[in-house]
Amino acid sequence: MGDDGKGDGMKVRGLEDLKKLREEGLTRIYPDQVKITVGMATCGISAGANRVYEAIREGIEKEKLSIILAKSGCLGFCQREPLVDVWRPGFPRIIYEEMTPEKGVELLGEIFNGGLKKEWALCRMEEEVLFFEDEPLRYKIESGLEDRDAIPLYQDVGFYRKQLKIALRNCGYIDPESIEDYIARGGYFTLYKVLNEMKPEEIIEEAKRSGLRGRGGAGFPTGRKWESCRRAEGDKRYVVCNADEGDPGAYMDRSVLEGDPHSVLEGMLIGAYAIGAHEGYIYVRNEYPLAVKNMGTAIKKAEEMGLLGEDILGSGFDFTIKINRGGGAFVAGESTALMASIEGYVAEPRAKHIHTVESGLWDRPTNLNNVETWANVPVIVEKGADWYNKIGTEGSKGTKIFSLVGKINNTGLIEVPMGMTLREVIYDIGEGIPEGKQFKAVQTGGPSGGCIPDKLLDLPVDFDELTKVGSMMGSGGMIVMDESTCMVDVAKYFTDFLKDESCGKCTSCRDGTLRMYEILDNITKGKGKEGDIELLEELAWVTAEASLCALGQTAPNPVLSTIRYFRDEYEAHIRDKKCPAKVCNELLTFTIDPEACIACLKCKKLCPVEAITGEKKVPHEIDQSICIKCGTCREVCPVDAVRVE
Amino acid sequence: MKKAQLEKILKRYDYQDSDLLAILQDVQTQENYLPRKTLEEVAERLAIPLARVYKLATFYRTFSLTPRGRHLINVCLGTACHVRGATMVLERLKRDLGVKAGGTTKDLRFTLDTVRCIGCCSLGPVVVINEEIFGKLNQEKAAKLLKEYN
Repeated sequence: MGDDGKGDGMKVRGLEDLKKLREEGLTRIYPDQVKITVGMATCGISAGANRVYEAIREGIEKEKLSIILAKSGCLGFCQREPLVDVWRPGFPRIIYEEMTPEKGVELLGEIFNGGLKKEWALCRMEEEVLFFEDEPLRYKIESGLEDRDAIPLYQDVGFYRKQLKIALRNCGYIDPESIEDYIARGGYFTLYKVLNEMKPEEIIEEAKRSGLRGRGGAGFPTGRKWESCRRAEGDKRYVVCNADEGDPGAYMDRSVLEGDPHSVLEGMLIGAYAIGAHEGYIYVRNEYPLAVKNMGTAIKKAEEMGLLGEDILGSGFDFTIKINRGGGAFVAGESTALMASIEGYVAEPRAKHIHTVESGLWDRPTNLNNVETWANVPVIVEKGADWYNKIGTEGSKGTKIFSLVGKINNTGLIEVPMGMTLREVIYDIGEGIPEGKQFKAVQTGGPSGGCIPDKLLDLPVDFDELTKVGSMMGSGGMIVMDESTCMVDVAKYFTDFLKDESCGKCTSCRDGTLRMYEILDNITKGKGKEGDIELLEELAWVTAEASLCALGQTAPNPVLSTIRYFRDEYEAHIRDKKCPAKVCNELLTFTIDPEACIACLKCKKLCPVEAITGEKKVPHEIDQSICIKCGTCREVCPVDAVRVE
Repeated sequence: MKKAQLEKILKRYDYQDSDLLAILQDVQTQENYLPRKTLEEVAERLAIPLARVYKLATFYRTFSLTPRGRHLINVCLGTACHVRGATMVLERLKRDLGVKAGGTTKDLRFTLDTVRCIGCCSLGPVVVINEEIFGKLNQEKAAKLLKEYN
């Protein structure tokens, strides 16, 4: 994996060296022989990609096949993992879905016989879009493969059709541990151009004109941030990459770090040159061990090749990067808290009347951007602001990565132009709600965001539109909820999260989130009373107004947006003591339908409190005085005989 | 923790107090928790107040001041896992192990904890045991997993 690159130990001094590495990379990515690539990002591994990889490796070894086996990051379609990508000279590139070790071995035989194994294929690729080339890269395909038409083209698959991958351009296409692979797809050529042909001011101007806004959630214009930092006084400047991706349900940063770490490094290098910084930090969640590992490898390789360190590409520009691992505090994703954490203190935010671009890390000018923002930078600088600002909406340019998760058919990471409607995202890319259930809401923006109901499905997604409806972009989590999701429970879930993660510095946030949680908890347990909704609204107002950082200021959003759009659900809990979605266990009664029960003893055996009576051939019954409403019986019943009211 | 081992860690970070978080992470990786005596030594060797070390050790979720079990179970409570029933999985593990979230079984076999999203949202509910991730669980499947660990 990357170790066989002949470029090891060599320093890249100029364009010729880069071109040489590019050739090496191209032979690695598109070799003259069969290459099998297994998607091995965390999502792939947890779906069993490791076992698939091992089985294929053993199969190749046993049969002494001349096949290259490689690993890559994530192609985004998590639902269909493990994904295996087969490159054969003269063939279309075929992505196989839901692979198992057994299928992996069988696939080897099929490849050996020149077959396509159409029935396992997710899609085929016959060309690739490379942002750094004018023309797409078309594969040479031999004649006589007409039956390949049975496999849909990549661009015709519903999940991929409307996507435009800029930040995710390399994820799933390259071996993240190989710098040659990255260079082969145009990587580091932009850095070369920047260091040799562009003045820092020109880069800042490009960034400003591109309309790029910070992808971490707040959406601050990136170019303006860079400009302020460059102009700020200080003997030293820093750039920081915020990879403390804490929003539950959002994992785009993890995927970029795991699948294409060099894109972030190159973005940071370009930004650092523009700002005049020589030291950089990447603050990454420790819960992402593979991201830490792959980024560490990338930094080491870049240092070995002289793409990080002193006198980069012979330009005289110096830049070093250090990785800091987070300690599992959500608030550390806030910029001032993150900087405090890098300095070796607890991650507590401070007031921002003096901006971090003027006084950040160790009181010096510091420019912080999120992973996705940095990954966009090389493409924007290479293709130019005029190319980039044609994508997206008036106020939000470019593309955005979303993690489309929850009650949705196609789960995965998607990158789409800003301004696409929620309906397109959920019904075209996501292909709707599973099990024929009804869509209820989509939650965006993580714990700072809100729930958007079906009547707003035609909302174009960008920074400003989402804020208008009481939610926000956040880092790009999109959690789809169906009729079986209780909105009060969702509000309680986020408030529970926020009360745990509040750093405690501001009373309004520390106590405000706790009190809101207690009220919500009571409501879900049937102890809600008239006036609770109004009290929640009042607490929400105080929490938002009196808190220092964005965590507290936006903490009420999940509560307020659910009250705004789903007030009837709150009222059903409070007045009728009912949970319409049948989620809040304490408001439910579990009974067994004697007509439907097949008396199989399964629930009886597994009931943790022995509340179920009955024998073989005698329909079972639940003793309500013992039942703890854990839901085990409902989960294990093979014939759905457990009724919930 | 032996003095020489701690010294090795401190040296790795050039005795910089700005790397206190990383130092404590490395201590915990090795010892499975943060022993009080080691924290005192860290403060002494870096010439910083023990209070600062203690503040960090209690602020960040990842640290434990008491010994943890041989196997660390983390139930993911990310939003996607939550809407797919992660709470039921957690409740079941709590019942089966007889501990609260954050607790350690008396035989030091397991520590049960929760994590806020590991980004495997398509596989929810997800449980991480040590470094291995298990997806598409329900409470029955999760309970069965425990048998694999001693």
